Amino acid sequence: MSSASTTETSVHHGGHEHHDPHLAHHFDTPEQQFNSAKLGMWVFLGTEVLMFGGLFCVYSIYRHNYPLVFKFASETYLSTFWGTLNTLILITSSLTMAWGVRAVQLNQKKLLVVCLSLTLLGAGGFLVIKGIEWHAKWNEHVWFGVWNKYNGLNDESFRAPPPAQPTTEPVVAIMPPPPVSIRATDMDANTGIDISQIKPRYDYAFSQTIQAPSVAPSVEKPSPENANEHYRQLSDAAQWRVNTFFSCYFLMTGLHGIHVVVGMGLITWLLIRSLRNDFSSEYFTPVDLIGLYWHLVDLIWIFLFPLLYLIH
Amino acid sequence: MSLTHSNDIPAPVAKDVGPNDPHGVHAVPKRLLMAVYIALVVCTFLTVGASKVDMGDANIWVALLIAMVKGALVIMFFMHLWWDSPFNAMALITALFFVALFIGLALLDAHSYQYEIKPTPMATPAPQL
Repeated sequence: MSSASTTETSVHHGGHEHHDPHLAHHFDTPEQQFNSAKLGMWVFLGTEVLMFGGLFCVYSIYRHNYPLVFKFASETYLSTFWGTLNTLILITSSLTMAWGVRAVQLNQKKLLVVCLSLTLLGAGGFLVIKGIEWHAKWNEHVWFGVWNKYNGLNDESFRAPPPAQPTTEPVVAIMPPPPVSIRATDMDANTGIDISQIKPRYDYAFSQTIQAPSVAPSVEKPSPENANEHYRQLSDAAQWRVNTFFSCYFLMTGLHGIHVVVGMGLITWLLIRSLRNDFSSEYFTPVDLIGLYWHLVDLIWIFLFPLLYLIH
Repeated sequence: MSLTHSNDIPAPVAKDVGPNDPHGVHAVPKRLLMAVYIALVVCTFLTVGASKVDMGDANIWVALLIAMVKGALVIMFFMHLWWDSPFNAMALITALFFVALFIGLALLDAHSYQYEIKPTPMATPAPQL
């Protein structure tokens, strides 16, 4: 056995005994390990940006096509006060998170606990205010989909005349009759169920029976040159019809809210570990990476706030 | 650097150092954190104020510009990217570039199908709410 290999072996064993307990064997140095973890986190944040990008794209197209609807919805239903307050809360929690990272880098462990607690408090406060807002929207019947009273399926003009007497019958949608080939048998060959007894049911939140309009309104076909503008004006004539805006609003604030909830879970985990004294100036990777995640949540809100609350 | 060196190099120890100090992990100075925070708060009120002023089509761009300034402050200083490896910035910039491409190309096409939309009773004046 050569002396070189003996030396290498002894160094290897020495590594087991003395090196940083957090250093994985496939990294040269703690610094390299930290930088790799951080790059991985940035790649993840990139995918987060792409995911929200899809929703921002939906928003851009609908706002581009229906500018007055968005303006009306924002001014009528969204409170600038709550929006501004929530922005300030989230920015402050971002500051306390950044300060927490600084604290652990400088080995100020008590300050880290304080900063993480304040960040958690800010996240909770943000969600409480968001809950107040969402609850108000529910009471005004302007949620997403059919839970929005302006959804076409809930429209008066789409409804059959109301029944003569109030009824507690389940909501049944009027559907086209089934194809003759099915009607002829009435019994399903596999299940033996009488198909003619099955009616599709839709529990639309605010609708009763749904029917297509008997007479479609006729509008003169505009010339191709001003067609876009024509339909844009036509759409904006119904600017009180805010369901599309609120679908965007709930998709975007909802996905952001889910991120806040996940962030609260992660920060709670950090808080527990920091109370157990797990982090120090020599090992703070989880604090730094979750800090990055939390700043991204703040960053998304920085764009959501003017786009949803401050439409002029 | 060979693997045998790995145990000789001490773990990075943070110091309250300036951005140009090559030693240790860089902790963001207190003053800078506070300055960024104050700038973010000021920008928040600025964007609320700007939304009250009628600037026509420019309103949306002013709002987006302020949001981008705020976002850049958060990314560079709270997220430490100013002092980080350019690889981290590359991951973010790539994502932002493709989001911009995605939204930009989609918007080029945004009006294409408006012409196909059949007017419905929805397109009527507002009812008594």
